[in-house]
Amino acid sequence: MKITVDLDKCQDHGQCAIAAPVAFRMNDEGNLEYETTVEDSYLDEVEEAADVCPVQAILIGQA
Amino acid sequence: MAGHVVVVGASLGGLRAAEQLRAAGHDGPITIVGEEIHLPYNRPPLSKDVLADAGDDDVERLHAGLVFRRRASIDDVEFLLGRRAVASDLVARTVSLDDGTTLAYDGLVVATGLRARRLPLPGPAAGRHVIRTLDDALGLRSAIRTTATAVVIGAGFVGCETAASLHRLGIRVTVVDPFPVAFERALGPLLGGAIQRHLETAGVRFRTGTGVVSYTGSHAISGVTLDDGTTVSAGLVVEAVGSACNTEWLAGNGLDLSDGVLTDNDLRVLGVDRVVAVGDIARFPNALFGGDPRRVEHWSMPTDTAKRAATTLVADLAGAPVAAAPFAPIPSFWSDLLDLRLQAFGSPALGDTAVVESGDLDHLADGVLVTYLREGRLVGNVAVNLPPVRQRALRDAFLLPVS
Ligand SMILES: Cc1cc2nc3c(=O)[nH]c(=O)nc-3n(C[C@H](O)[C@H](O)[C@H](O)COP(=O)(O)OP(=O)(O)OC[C@H]3O[C@@H](n4cnc5c(N)ncnc54)[C@H](O)[C@@H]3O)c2cc1C
Ligand code: SF4
Repeated sequence: MKITVDLDKCQDHGQCAIAAPVAFRMNDEGNLEYETTVEDSYLDEVEEAADVCPVQAILIGQA
Repeated sequence: MAGHVVVVGASLGGLRAAEQLRAAGHDGPITIVGEEIHLPYNRPPLSKDVLADAGDDDVERLHAGLVFRRRASIDDVEFLLGRRAVASDLVARTVSLDDGTTLAYDGLVVATGLRARRLPLPGPAAGRHVIRTLDDALGLRSAIRTTATAVVIGAGFVGCETAASLHRLGIRVTVVDPFPVAFERALGPLLGGAIQRHLETAGVRFRTGTGVVSYTGSHAISGVTLDDGTTVSAGLVVEAVGSACNTEWLAGNGLDLSDGVLTDNDLRVLGVDRVVAVGDIARFPNALFGGDPRRVEHWSMPTDTAKRAATTLVADLAGAPVAAAPFAPIPSFWSDLLDLRLQAFGSPALGDTAVVESGDLDHLADGVLVTYLREGRLVGNVAVNLPPVRQRALRDAFLLPVS
Protein backbone atom coordinates (compact mmCIF):
# COMPACT_ATOMS: atom_id res chain seq x y z
CA MET A 1 0.00 0.00 0.00
CA LYS A 2 1.01 3.61 -0.43
CA ILE A 3 1.32 6.02 2.47
CA THR A 4 1.13 9.78 2.25
CA VAL A 5 1.48 12.14 5.18
CA ASP A 6 0.22 15.67 4.73
CA LEU A 7 3.30 17.40 6.14
CA ASP A 8 1.48 20.74 6.29
CA LYS A 9 -0.85 19.13 8.84
CA CYS A 10 1.58 16.84 10.67
CA GLN A 11 2.60 18.27 14.03
CA ASP A 12 5.11 15.57 14.95
CA HIS A 13 2.90 13.99 17.63
CA GLY A 14 4.64 10.67 17.05
CA GLN A 15 1.56 8.53 17.75
CA CYS A 16 1.93 6.90 14.34
CA ALA A 17 5.43 5.72 15.23
CA ILE A 18 4.06 3.94 18.30
CA ALA A 19 1.25 2.26 16.32
CA ALA A 20 3.19 1.27 13.20
CA PRO A 21 6.96 1.40 13.67
CA VAL A 22 7.29 -0.50 10.40
CA ALA A 23 6.26 2.62 8.51
CA PHE A 24 6.76 5.62 10.79
CA ARG A 25 9.73 6.79 12.83
CA MET A 26 10.57 9.93 14.79
CA ASN A 27 14.14 11.07 14.14
CA ASP A 28 16.46 12.59 16.71
CA GLU A 29 15.34 16.10 15.74
CA GLY A 30 11.81 15.09 16.70
CA ASN A 31 10.52 15.04 13.16
CA LEU A 32 8.58 12.37 11.36
CA GLU A 33 10.22 10.07 8.79
CA TYR A 34 8.07 7.53 7.00
CA GLU A 35 8.02 4.86 4.29
CA THR A 36 5.92 5.76 1.27
CA THR A 37 5.27 2.11 0.42
CA VAL A 38 4.90 -0.86 2.75
CA GLU A 39 3.69 -4.43 2.25
CA ASP A 40 -0.09 -4.92 2.35
CA SER A 41 0.33 -7.39 5.19
CA TYR A 42 0.94 -4.38 7.46
CA LEU A 43 -2.44 -2.81 6.61
CA ASP A 44 -3.88 -3.25 10.13
CA GLU A 45 -0.95 -1.50 11.77
CA VAL A 46 -0.88 1.31 9.25
CA GLU A 47 -4.65 1.84 9.52
CA GLU A 48 -4.24 2.04 13.26
CA ALA A 49 -1.53 4.65 12.81
CA ALA A 50 -3.87 6.68 10.59
CA ASP A 51 -6.62 6.35 13.24
CA VAL A 52 -4.48 7.57 16.11
CA CYS A 53 -2.90 10.57 14.38
CA PRO A 54 -4.38 13.49 16.33
CA VAL A 55 -4.37 15.78 13.31
CA GLN A 56 -5.45 13.05 10.86
CA ALA A 57 -2.52 13.71 8.55
CA ILE A 58 -2.04 10.15 7.27
CA LEU A 59 -3.57 8.94 4.02
CA ILE A 60 -3.47 5.32 2.88
CA GLY A 61 -3.84 4.43 -0.78
CA GLN A 62 -3.65 1.42 -3.05
CA ALA A 63 -0.14 0.52 -4.14
CA MET B 1 -22.95 -11.90 10.56
CA ALA B 2 -26.16 -10.12 9.55
CA GLY B 3 -28.51 -8.09 11.73
CA HIS B 4 -29.03 -4.33 11.85
CA VAL B 5 -26.72 -2.32 14.10
CA VAL B 6 -27.77 1.19 15.08
CA VAL B 7 -25.06 3.57 16.29
CA VAL B 8 -26.32 6.66 18.13
CA GLY B 9 -23.81 9.53 18.06
CA ALA B 10 -21.87 10.50 14.92
CA SER B 11 -18.54 11.71 16.23
CA LEU B 12 -15.22 9.92 16.70
CA GLY B 13 -16.70 7.10 18.81
CA GLY B 14 -19.63 6.38 16.48
CA LEU B 15 -17.44 6.43 13.38
CA ARG B 16 -14.79 4.15 14.81
CA ALA B 17 -17.49 1.78 16.12
CA ALA B 18 -18.89 1.36 12.61
CA GLU B 19 -15.42 0.79 11.13
CA GLN B 20 -14.52 -1.71 13.84
CA LEU B 21 -17.84 -3.57 13.44
CA ARG B 22 -16.84 -4.16 9.83
CA ALA B 23 -13.32 -5.15 10.86
CA ALA B 24 -14.81 -7.63 13.37
CA GLY B 25 -16.84 -9.26 10.62
CA HIS B 26 -20.25 -7.61 10.86
CA ASP B 27 -21.54 -7.39 7.29
CA GLY B 28 -25.16 -6.46 8.02
CA PRO B 29 -26.58 -2.96 7.72
CA ILE B 30 -25.33 -0.17 10.00
CA THR B 31 -27.17 3.10 10.63
CA ILE B 32 -25.44 6.01 12.37
CA VAL B 33 -27.67 8.67 13.91
CA GLY B 34 -26.15 12.05 14.75
CA GLU B 35 -27.61 15.22 16.15
CA GLU B 36 -25.09 17.47 14.41
CA ILE B 37 -25.55 18.00 10.68
CA HIS B 38 -21.84 17.40 10.01
CA LEU B 39 -20.12 14.13 9.17
CA PRO B 40 -17.82 13.08 12.05
CA TYR B 41 -15.01 15.61 12.55
CA ASN B 42 -12.08 16.13 14.86
CA ARG B 43 -12.82 18.23 17.97
CA PRO B 44 -9.37 19.00 19.47
CA PRO B 45 -8.55 21.68 16.86
CA LEU B 46 -11.73 23.58 17.86
CA SER B 47 -9.95 25.24 20.78
CA LYS B 48 -6.66 25.51 18.87
CA ASP B 49 -6.22 25.88 15.10
CA VAL B 50 -9.87 26.65 14.34
CA LEU B 51 -9.78 29.80 16.46
CA ALA B 52 -6.41 30.82 15.04
CA ASP B 53 -7.35 30.11 11.40
CA ALA B 54 -7.20 33.35 9.43
CA GLY B 55 -9.61 32.41 6.64
CA ASP B 56 -13.32 33.12 6.30
CA ASP B 57 -16.06 31.64 8.47
CA ASP B 58 -17.40 29.28 5.81
CA VAL B 59 -18.55 26.24 7.75
CA GLU B 60 -17.95 23.87 4.82
CA ARG B 61 -14.37 25.02 4.49
CA LEU B 62 -13.64 24.62 8.19
CA HIS B 63 -15.41 21.25 8.34
CA ALA B 64 -13.39 20.00 5.36
CA GLY B 65 -10.22 20.61 7.34
CA LEU B 66 -11.50 18.59 10.32
CA VAL B 67 -13.55 15.76 8.83
CA PHE B 68 -12.33 12.25 9.67
CA ARG B 69 -11.12 9.92 6.96
CA ARG B 70 -13.74 7.16 6.67
CA ARG B 71 -12.65 3.64 5.80
CA ALA B 72 -13.97 2.23 2.55
CA SER B 73 -15.53 -0.63 4.55
CA ILE B 74 -18.26 1.73 5.77
CA ASP B 75 -19.17 3.26 2.40
CA ASP B 76 -22.55 1.52 2.62
CA VAL B 77 -23.33 2.77 6.12
CA GLU B 78 -26.33 5.07 6.36
CA PHE B 79 -25.79 8.37 8.18
CA LEU B 80 -28.94 10.00 9.58
CA LEU B 81 -27.53 13.43 10.40
CA GLY B 82 -29.31 16.34 12.04
CA ARG B 83 -31.47 13.82 13.90
CA ARG B 84 -31.53 13.17 17.59
CA ALA B 85 -32.47 10.03 19.49
CA VAL B 86 -35.08 11.03 22.05
CA ALA B 87 -36.09 7.70 23.59
CA SER B 88 -35.30 4.01 23.50
CA ASP B 89 -36.79 0.69 24.52
CA LEU B 90 -33.89 -1.67 25.08
CA VAL B 91 -36.16 -4.70 25.58
CA ALA B 92 -38.20 -4.16 22.40
CA ARG B 93 -34.88 -3.04 20.76
CA THR B 94 -36.03 0.26 19.31
CA VAL B 95 -34.70 3.81 19.25
CA SER B 96 -37.05 6.77 18.63
CA LEU B 97 -35.83 9.87 16.82
CA ASP B 98 -36.93 13.50 17.10
CA ASP B 99 -38.63 13.38 13.69
CA GLY B 100 -41.04 10.70 14.91
CA THR B 101 -39.36 7.72 13.25
CA THR B 102 -38.48 4.56 15.15
CA LEU B 103 -35.45 2.43 14.32
CA ALA B 104 -35.45 -1.27 15.17
CA TYR B 105 -32.05 -2.80 15.91
CA ASP B 106 -30.42 -6.14 16.57
CA GLY B 107 -27.38 -4.48 18.13
CA LEU B 108 -26.98 -0.95 19.52
CA VAL B 109 -23.91 1.23 20.06
CA VAL B 110 -24.20 4.15 22.49
CA ALA B 111 -21.82 6.90 21.31
CA THR B 112 -23.60 10.10 22.32
CA GLY B 113 -20.68 11.60 24.22
CA LEU B 114 -20.93 14.85 26.10
CA ARG B 115 -22.25 18.35 25.72
CA ALA B 116 -20.76 21.47 27.25
CA ARG B 117 -22.17 22.39 30.62
CA ARG B 118 -23.41 25.96 30.92
CA LEU B 119 -23.36 28.07 34.05
CA PRO B 120 -26.82 28.61 35.52
CA LEU B 121 -26.28 32.36 35.85
CA PRO B 122 -28.81 34.96 34.78
CA GLY B 123 -27.76 37.67 32.34
CA PRO B 124 -27.77 38.39 28.62
CA ALA B 125 -27.38 35.47 26.21
CA ALA B 126 -25.33 37.49 23.72
CA GLY B 127 -21.60 37.13 24.35
CA ARG B 128 -21.82 33.78 26.21
CA HIS B 129 -19.98 30.93 24.52
CA VAL B 130 -19.03 27.29 25.01
CA ILE B 131 -16.80 25.09 22.82
CA ARG B 132 -17.84 21.54 22.12
CA THR B 133 -19.02 21.58 18.51
CA LEU B 134 -17.90 23.14 15.24
CA ASP B 135 -20.93 25.43 15.40
CA ASP B 136 -19.85 26.58 18.88
CA ALA B 137 -16.33 27.31 17.60
CA LEU B 138 -17.73 29.23 14.64
CA GLY B 139 -19.83 31.36 16.97
CA LEU B 140 -16.77 32.18 19.03
CA ARG B 141 -14.63 32.85 15.94
CA SER B 142 -16.97 35.49 14.66
CA ALA B 143 -17.38 37.06 18.10
CA ILE B 144 -13.66 37.48 18.71
CA ARG B 145 -13.30 39.81 15.72
CA THR B 146 -15.25 42.49 17.48
CA THR B 147 -13.90 42.27 21.01
CA ALA B 148 -10.66 43.21 22.71
CA THR B 149 -11.30 41.48 26.03
CA ALA B 150 -12.52 38.05 27.09
CA VAL B 151 -13.07 36.02 30.24
CA VAL B 152 -12.67 32.25 30.14
CA ILE B 153 -14.37 30.48 33.02
CA GLY B 154 -12.65 27.21 33.87
CA ALA B 155 -8.87 26.62 33.95
CA GLY B 156 -8.89 23.07 32.59
CA PHE B 157 -7.58 22.03 29.19
CA VAL B 158 -10.39 23.38 27.04
CA GLY B 159 -10.43 26.66 28.99
CA CYS B 160 -6.68 27.24 28.96
CA GLU B 161 -6.25 26.19 25.33
CA THR B 162 -9.00 28.60 24.37
CA ALA B 163 -7.44 31.35 26.48
CA ALA B 164 -4.04 30.73 24.87
CA SER B 165 -5.60 30.89 21.39
CA LEU B 166 -7.43 34.14 22.18
CA HIS B 167 -4.26 35.61 23.68
CA ARG B 168 -2.38 34.82 20.49
CA LEU B 169 -5.02 36.74 18.56
CA GLY B 170 -4.25 39.81 20.64
CA ILE B 171 -7.24 39.62 22.96
CA ARG B 172 -6.77 40.48 26.61
CA VAL B 173 -7.86 37.26 28.34
CA THR B 174 -8.56 36.48 31.99
CA VAL B 175 -9.09 32.88 33.12
CA VAL B 176 -11.24 32.46 36.24
CA ASP B 177 -11.41 29.26 38.27
CA PRO B 178 -12.48 28.46 41.84
CA PHE B 179 -9.56 26.04 42.24
CA PRO B 180 -6.33 27.58 43.59
CA VAL B 181 -4.30 26.71 40.47
CA ALA B 182 -5.00 25.87 36.85
CA PHE B 183 -5.23 22.18 35.85
CA GLU B 184 -5.44 21.26 39.53
CA ARG B 185 -7.69 18.25 39.04
CA ALA B 186 -6.05 16.89 35.89
CA LEU B 187 -2.36 17.51 36.62
CA GLY B 188 -2.14 18.45 40.30
CA PRO B 189 -0.87 21.73 41.79
CA LEU B 190 2.85 21.17 41.05
CA LEU B 191 2.71 20.96 37.25
CA GLY B 192 -0.61 22.83 37.03
CA GLY B 193 0.94 25.78 38.86
CA ALA B 194 4.03 25.74 36.65
CA ILE B 195 1.94 25.82 33.47
CA GLN B 196 -0.18 28.61 34.89
CA ARG B 197 2.96 30.67 35.64
CA HIS B 198 4.23 29.99 32.13
CA LEU B 199 1.00 31.27 30.62
CA GLU B 200 0.98 34.27 32.98
CA THR B 201 4.50 35.22 31.93
CA ALA B 202 3.29 35.17 28.35
CA GLY B 203 0.48 37.56 29.27
CA VAL B 204 -2.58 35.42 29.98
CA ARG B 205 -4.22 36.66 33.21
CA PHE B 206 -5.53 34.27 35.86
CA ARG B 207 -7.96 34.83 38.74
CA THR B 208 -7.85 31.52 40.58
CA GLY B 209 -9.45 30.56 43.86
CA THR B 210 -12.50 32.58 42.97
CA GLY B 211 -15.73 31.90 41.13
CA VAL B 212 -18.01 33.96 38.90
CA VAL B 213 -21.21 34.93 40.70
CA SER B 214 -22.92 37.01 38.04
CA TYR B 215 -22.69 38.52 34.59
CA THR B 216 -22.86 42.22 33.89
CA GLY B 217 -24.41 43.87 30.84
CA SER B 218 -27.98 44.36 29.69
CA HIS B 219 -28.15 43.41 25.98
CA ALA B 220 -24.82 41.66 25.75
CA ILE B 221 -22.22 40.52 28.26
CA SER B 222 -19.95 43.34 29.43
CA GLY B 223 -18.10 41.44 32.14
CA VAL B 224 -18.26 39.17 35.16
CA THR B 225 -18.51 39.73 38.89
CA LEU B 226 -16.38 37.45 41.07
CA ASP B 227 -17.23 36.16 44.53
CA ASP B 228 -14.81 38.63 46.13
CA GLY B 229 -16.92 41.45 44.67
CA THR B 230 -14.48 42.54 41.97
CA THR B 231 -15.52 42.74 38.34
CA VAL B 232 -13.57 41.90 35.20
CA SER B 233 -14.79 43.51 32.00
CA ALA B 234 -15.09 41.33 28.94
CA GLY B 235 -16.63 41.57 25.50
CA LEU B 236 -17.33 37.87 25.64
CA VAL B 237 -17.27 34.99 28.06
CA VAL B 238 -16.33 31.37 27.33
CA GLU B 239 -17.81 28.88 29.79
CA ALA B 240 -15.36 25.96 29.90
CA VAL B 241 -16.79 24.39 33.02
CA GLY B 242 -16.96 20.75 32.10
CA SER B 243 -19.62 18.72 30.44
CA ALA B 244 -22.82 16.75 30.86
CA CYS B 245 -23.45 13.26 29.49
CA ASN B 246 -25.96 12.82 26.68
CA THR B 247 -27.86 9.92 28.24
CA GLU B 248 -31.42 11.30 28.38
CA TRP B 249 -32.52 9.12 25.45
CA LEU B 250 -31.61 6.01 27.45
CA ALA B 251 -33.80 6.89 30.46
CA GLY B 252 -36.51 4.48 31.59
CA ASN B 253 -34.55 1.33 30.81
CA GLY B 254 -33.28 0.71 34.32
CA LEU B 255 -29.64 1.54 33.44
CA ASP B 256 -27.07 3.12 35.75
CA LEU B 257 -26.85 6.59 34.19
CA SER B 258 -25.41 8.35 37.24
CA ASP B 259 -22.25 9.27 35.28
CA GLY B 260 -22.37 8.35 31.61
CA VAL B 261 -23.47 4.77 31.05
CA LEU B 262 -22.08 1.95 33.14
CA THR B 263 -20.57 -0.99 31.26
CA ASP B 264 -18.54 -4.09 32.01
CA ASN B 265 -14.91 -4.48 30.98
CA ASP B 266 -16.05 -5.57 27.48
CA LEU B 267 -18.07 -2.31 27.09
CA ARG B 268 -21.43 -4.12 27.40
CA VAL B 269 -24.02 -1.79 28.91
CA LEU B 270 -24.98 -3.43 32.22
CA GLY B 271 -28.54 -4.65 32.56
CA VAL B 272 -29.45 -5.12 28.89
CA ASP B 273 -28.47 -7.37 25.98
CA ARG B 274 -26.75 -6.43 22.74
CA VAL B 275 -25.97 -2.85 23.72
CA VAL B 276 -22.41 -1.52 23.99
CA ALA B 277 -21.06 1.96 24.74
CA VAL B 278 -17.95 3.75 23.42
CA GLY B 279 -16.02 6.98 23.88
CA ASP B 280 -16.48 9.76 26.42
CA ILE B 281 -19.82 8.42 27.63
CA ALA B 282 -18.69 4.87 28.51
CA ARG B 283 -17.97 4.28 32.21
CA PHE B 284 -15.97 1.07 32.19
CA PRO B 285 -13.53 -0.66 34.52
CA ASN B 286 -10.02 -0.42 33.05
CA ALA B 287 -8.02 -3.52 33.96
CA LEU B 288 -4.95 -1.27 34.05
CA PHE B 289 -6.22 0.62 37.10
CA GLY B 290 -8.06 -2.05 39.08
CA GLY B 291 -11.82 -2.45 39.11
CA ASP B 292 -13.31 1.03 39.50
CA PRO B 293 -15.43 2.00 36.48
CA ARG B 294 -14.49 5.43 35.14
CA ARG B 295 -15.24 7.61 32.14
CA VAL B 296 -12.17 8.88 30.30
CA GLU B 297 -12.60 12.06 28.25
CA HIS B 298 -9.56 11.67 26.03
CA TRP B 299 -9.38 11.55 22.30
CA SER B 300 -7.65 8.15 22.29
CA MET B 301 -10.54 6.44 24.10
CA PRO B 302 -13.24 6.40 21.39
CA THR B 303 -10.86 4.50 19.10
CA ASP B 304 -9.75 2.04 21.79
CA THR B 305 -13.21 1.41 23.20
CA ALA B 306 -14.78 1.10 19.73
CA LYS B 307 -12.43 -1.72 18.85
CA ARG B 308 -13.30 -3.70 21.97
CA ALA B 309 -17.03 -2.85 21.92
CA ALA B 310 -17.34 -3.93 18.28
CA THR B 311 -15.70 -7.28 19.00
CA THR B 312 -18.04 -7.75 21.97
CA LEU B 313 -21.17 -6.87 20.01
CA VAL B 314 -20.29 -9.09 17.05
CA ALA B 315 -19.63 -12.00 19.42
CA ASP B 316 -22.84 -11.41 21.39
CA LEU B 317 -24.94 -11.19 18.20
CA ALA B 318 -23.48 -14.54 17.14
CA GLY B 319 -23.82 -16.07 20.60
CA ALA B 320 -20.07 -16.65 20.60
CA PRO B 321 -17.65 -16.12 23.48
CA VAL B 322 -15.60 -12.91 23.58
CA ALA B 323 -11.83 -12.58 23.86
CA ALA B 324 -10.53 -13.63 27.24
CA ALA B 325 -7.83 -10.98 27.66
CA PRO B 326 -9.01 -8.12 29.87
CA PHE B 327 -9.46 -4.72 28.23
CA ALA B 328 -6.70 -2.44 29.55
CA PRO B 329 -6.28 0.56 27.24
CA ILE B 330 -3.50 3.03 28.08
CA PRO B 331 -5.11 6.46 28.32
CA SER B 332 -3.21 9.16 26.48
CA PHE B 333 -3.86 12.83 25.84
CA TRP B 334 -2.07 15.84 24.56
CA SER B 335 -2.56 19.57 24.78
CA ASP B 336 -1.08 22.57 22.99
CA LEU B 337 -0.67 25.71 25.07
CA LEU B 338 1.24 28.52 23.35
CA ASP B 339 4.78 27.14 22.96
CA LEU B 340 4.11 24.09 25.18
CA ARG B 341 3.16 20.64 23.91
CA LEU B 342 1.99 18.30 26.67
CA GLN B 343 1.81 14.56 26.11
CA ALA B 344 0.40 12.39 28.90
CA PHE B 345 0.09 8.65 29.34
CA GLY B 346 -1.83 6.85 32.05
CA SER B 347 -4.05 8.79 34.45
CA PRO B 348 -2.13 11.59 36.19
CA ALA B 349 -5.36 12.62 37.94
CA LEU B 350 -5.29 9.37 39.93
CA GLY B 351 -1.89 10.16 41.46
CA ASP B 352 -1.36 11.20 45.05
CA THR B 353 2.25 12.31 44.45
CA ALA B 354 3.89 14.13 41.53
CA VAL B 355 7.63 13.86 40.94
CA VAL B 356 9.74 15.98 38.57
CA GLU B 357 11.88 13.35 36.83
CA SER B 358 13.79 15.70 34.59
CA GLY B 359 13.91 19.36 33.65
CA ASP B 360 13.02 22.48 35.60
CA LEU B 361 9.42 23.55 36.29
CA ASP B 362 10.48 27.18 35.87
CA HIS B 363 11.70 26.41 32.33
CA LEU B 364 8.93 24.23 30.95
CA ALA B 365 9.67 25.10 27.35
CA ASP B 366 13.08 23.43 27.64
CA GLY B 367 11.49 20.07 28.43
CA VAL B 368 10.14 18.57 31.65
CA LEU B 369 9.00 15.09 32.64
CA VAL B 370 6.65 14.64 35.61
CA THR B 371 5.53 11.23 36.86
CA TYR B 372 2.49 10.54 39.05
CA LEU B 373 2.38 7.88 41.73
CA ARG B 374 -0.50 6.46 43.72
CA GLU B 375 0.55 4.64 46.86
CA GLY B 376 4.04 4.44 45.39
CA ARG B 377 3.01 2.94 42.04
CA LEU B 378 3.27 4.73 38.71
CA VAL B 379 -0.18 5.80 37.43
CA GLY B 380 0.69 8.53 34.93
CA ASN B 381 3.38 10.61 33.29
CA VAL B 382 3.31 13.96 31.55
CA ALA B 383 6.00 15.12 29.15
CA VAL B 384 6.22 18.82 28.37
CA ASN B 385 8.18 19.70 25.22
CA LEU B 386 10.09 16.43 25.18
CA PRO B 387 11.07 14.96 21.82
CA PRO B 388 8.45 12.52 20.48
CA VAL B 389 11.11 9.86 20.09
CA ARG B 390 10.83 9.28 23.85
CA GLN B 391 7.11 8.65 23.79
CA ARG B 392 7.23 4.98 23.19
CA ALA B 393 9.15 4.37 26.41
CA LEU B 394 6.81 6.65 28.36
CA ARG B 395 3.82 4.72 27.06
CA ASP B 396 5.38 1.31 27.55
CA ALA B 397 5.66 2.06 31.27
CA PHE B 398 1.95 1.16 31.40
CA LEU B 399 2.02 -2.15 29.59
CA LEU B 400 1.55 -3.98 32.89
CA PRO B 401 -1.35 -3.31 35.26
CA VAL B 402 -0.41 -0.60 37.74
CA SER B 403 -2.68 -1.61 40.58
C1 LIG C 1 -12.61 21.89 22.32
C2 LIG C 1 -12.14 20.50 22.61
C3 LIG C 1 -10.76 20.22 22.61
C4 LIG C 1 -10.30 18.93 22.89
N1 LIG C 1 -8.95 18.72 22.87
C5 LIG C 1 -8.47 17.49 23.20
C6 LIG C 1 -7.05 17.27 23.21
O1 LIG C 1 -6.24 18.16 22.94
N2 LIG C 1 -6.61 16.04 23.57
C7 LIG C 1 -7.48 15.03 23.89
O2 LIG C 1 -7.02 13.92 24.21
N3 LIG C 1 -8.82 15.20 23.84
C8 LIG C 1 -9.34 16.41 23.51
N4 LIG C 1 -10.71 16.61 23.48
C9 LIG C 1 -11.60 15.48 23.81
C10 LIG C 1 -12.05 14.67 22.58
O3 LIG C 1 -12.43 15.50 21.53
C11 LIG C 1 -13.21 13.75 22.99
O4 LIG C 1 -12.67 12.80 23.88
C12 LIG C 1 -13.89 13.04 21.82
O5 LIG C 1 -14.52 13.98 20.97
C13 LIG C 1 -14.94 12.06 22.32
O6 LIG C 1 -15.63 11.47 21.24
P1 LIG C 1 -17.05 10.77 21.41
O7 LIG C 1 -17.40 10.28 20.05
O8 LIG C 1 -17.02 9.81 22.53
O9 LIG C 1 -18.08 11.90 21.90
P2 LIG C 1 -18.48 13.30 21.24
O10 LIG C 1 -17.37 13.83 20.44
O11 LIG C 1 -19.03 14.10 22.36
O12 LIG C 1 -19.65 12.94 20.23
C14 LIG C 1 -20.95 12.60 20.57
C15 LIG C 1 -21.84 12.91 19.38
O13 LIG C 1 -23.14 12.40 19.65
C16 LIG C 1 -24.12 13.34 19.27
N5 LIG C 1 -25.32 13.14 20.09
C17 LIG C 1 -25.49 13.44 21.39
N6 LIG C 1 -26.72 13.09 21.82
C18 LIG C 1 -27.34 12.56 20.75
C19 LIG C 1 -28.66 11.99 20.54
N7 LIG C 1 -29.55 11.92 21.53
N8 LIG C 1 -28.96 11.54 19.31
C20 LIG C 1 -28.05 11.60 18.29
N9 LIG C 1 -26.81 12.11 18.43
C21 LIG C 1 -26.47 12.58 19.65
C22 LIG C 1 -23.47 14.67 19.53
O14 LIG C 1 -24.08 15.68 18.76
C23 LIG C 1 -22.01 14.40 19.13
O15 LIG C 1 -21.78 14.69 17.79
C24 LIG C 1 -11.21 17.88 23.19
C25 LIG C 1 -12.60 18.16 23.19
C26 LIG C 1 -13.06 19.44 22.90
C27 LIG C 1 -14.55 19.72 22.91
S1 SF4 D 1 0.83 10.95 14.46
FE1 SF4 D 1 0.26 12.39 12.85
S2 SF4 D 1 1.00 14.36 13.55
FE2 SF4 D 1 2.04 12.78 14.71
S3 SF4 D 1 3.95 12.40 13.63
FE3 SF4 D 1 2.47 10.91 12.94
S4 SF4 D 1 1.57 11.90 11.15
FE4 SF4 D 1 2.59 13.50 12.24
